[in-house]
Amino acid sequence: MHLTEIVDGHRTESHLCQACAQKEGITVKSQLSLNELLSSLIAAHQQTDETAAIEKAGKVCDDCGMTMDTFRKQALLGCPNDYKVFEDDLRDIIEKTQDDNSLHIGKTPPLTSSEEAESKEKNITEELKRRLDLAVKTEDYELAAKLRDQLKALS
Amino acid sequence: MRLTDLSMKISRWFDPAAPLSDIVISSRIRLARNLASRKFITRCSSEEKNEILQTLKGVILNLPSLGDIFFIDIEHGTTIERDLLVERQLISRNLAAGTGPRGAVIAQNELFAAQINEEDHLRLCVLAPGLNIEKCWLRINEIDDAIGSKVQYAFSSKYGFLTACPTNLGTGIRVSVMMHLPALKMTDQLKKLFESARDMNLAVRGLFGEGTEAIGDFFQISNQVTLGISEQQIVEDFQNLIIPKIVEYERIARDKLLASELNILDDKIARALALLKSAKLISSHEAMFLLSNLRMGINMGRVKEISIETVNELFLLTQPAHLQINKGRPLTPEQRDILRAETLRAKLN
Repeated sequence: MHLTEIVDGHRTESHLCQACAQKEGITVKSQLSLNELLSSLIAAHQQTDETAAIEKAGKVCDDCGMTMDTFRKQALLGCPNDYKVFEDDLRDIIEKTQDDNSLHIGKTPPLTSSEEAESKEKNITEELKRRLDLAVKTEDYELAAKLRDQLKALS
Repeated sequence: MRLTDLSMKISRWFDPAAPLSDIVISSRIRLARNLASRKFITRCSSEEKNEILQTLKGVILNLPSLGDIFFIDIEHGTTIERDLLVERQLISRNLAAGTGPRGAVIAQNELFAAQINEEDHLRLCVLAPGLNIEKCWLRINEIDDAIGSKVQYAFSSKYGFLTACPTNLGTGIRVSVMMHLPALKMTDQLKKLFESARDMNLAVRGLFGEGTEAIGDFFQISNQVTLGISEQQIVEDFQNLIIPKIVEYERIARDKLLASELNILDDKIARALALLKSAKLISSHEAMFLLSNLRMGINMGRVKEISIETVNELFLLTQPAHLQINKGRPLTPEQRDILRAETLRAKLN
């Protein structure tokens, strides 16, 4: 690592190996990672009044004991059920990190309850229709044709 | 299977005969999965982690379609063994540095790895040399279905596969392609690449994934969005649009260097080769930079006497854990720098 310091107009250059640089407390930041982005979003989310009110209510997941406060600290959820328990709190975070998407349109695992599988199909049809409407409105006919084909394939 | 058997040979994902392999080193897809009715890793006790480990290990080791595979207990392995697997891109730094019961099932040919109890219960990964994302997808989808018909994954109709971190939600897929882009760097175009990658919701990372800096002009390009888009669509975008476009830019930059900056290019390559052939002490960081320049020299036809296989092999053999496992004992950083320089001189002179 090459370090140039300018103190009172005097320029000093030092060359440090990574270990020494760490000892000196110097680190080089690489590109902002997704987790850092997530942490900053979570922190921003923390300050809204709405979440403060929910926080007072003290929502806790029965399955794993998770709270939103803990999630904000570690950016990891405690169990699958958290997505239901904290759905309102997570929606914003999910949409922001997932390019405004909020619905899965990928594969379904082999062992899925028929209820989940059916509701997934219904969700996807609705989502595709919504996107088709939007594509027609914005006159993106290429996309509209693609979405129409996808809808046809589903029905 | 002993780890020394791995450390002596070159990874299959470094295959110079693979499509576009002068620029695209390897393609990989990973899927994040969790078991239904189980807590995620952060809330699991050591016992619960062990139950998950045993369940998934049992299922994966018994899949008939995986060929020669072996299990590695990461919890009880040594630091050097863990680092070796990280250097070979078979496990993440996260798994290596984790705590409690965890492990990995790895294919002998190193083109498949399943990490158990990393950030999610299961992280499946399939690799292929060169630009081969579609092939990776077909393979990993098959393995995922085989496992998913033995255990029930955490899945919701709305959010898809449920993951510990919402950034993996939905498909749980991460496509990532390792590229060697020295000419874009030399022609100062990396910033442009990073900006357009950001606009397309792609992440550009260093050699060892998340949180690592780029070493020696190697970059991993990967998708960030996992929800609201199908696996197929992500795969197609990478295979047919994103990666071919970056390859094209790198080629244009290489042609430009050959046409108008031949002296600068040749100087860079010659200096790299001279240092690699004669240094007595060399850090892994410096070795990576110089090998990167040499690799560019060979792929651009400026160095004829050294094969690309030799350079690819050296990228692995000169890594810290590889040096130590092949030497059979732990080494201090200075001892490693000496051994690294010796290894380079022996292979290149």
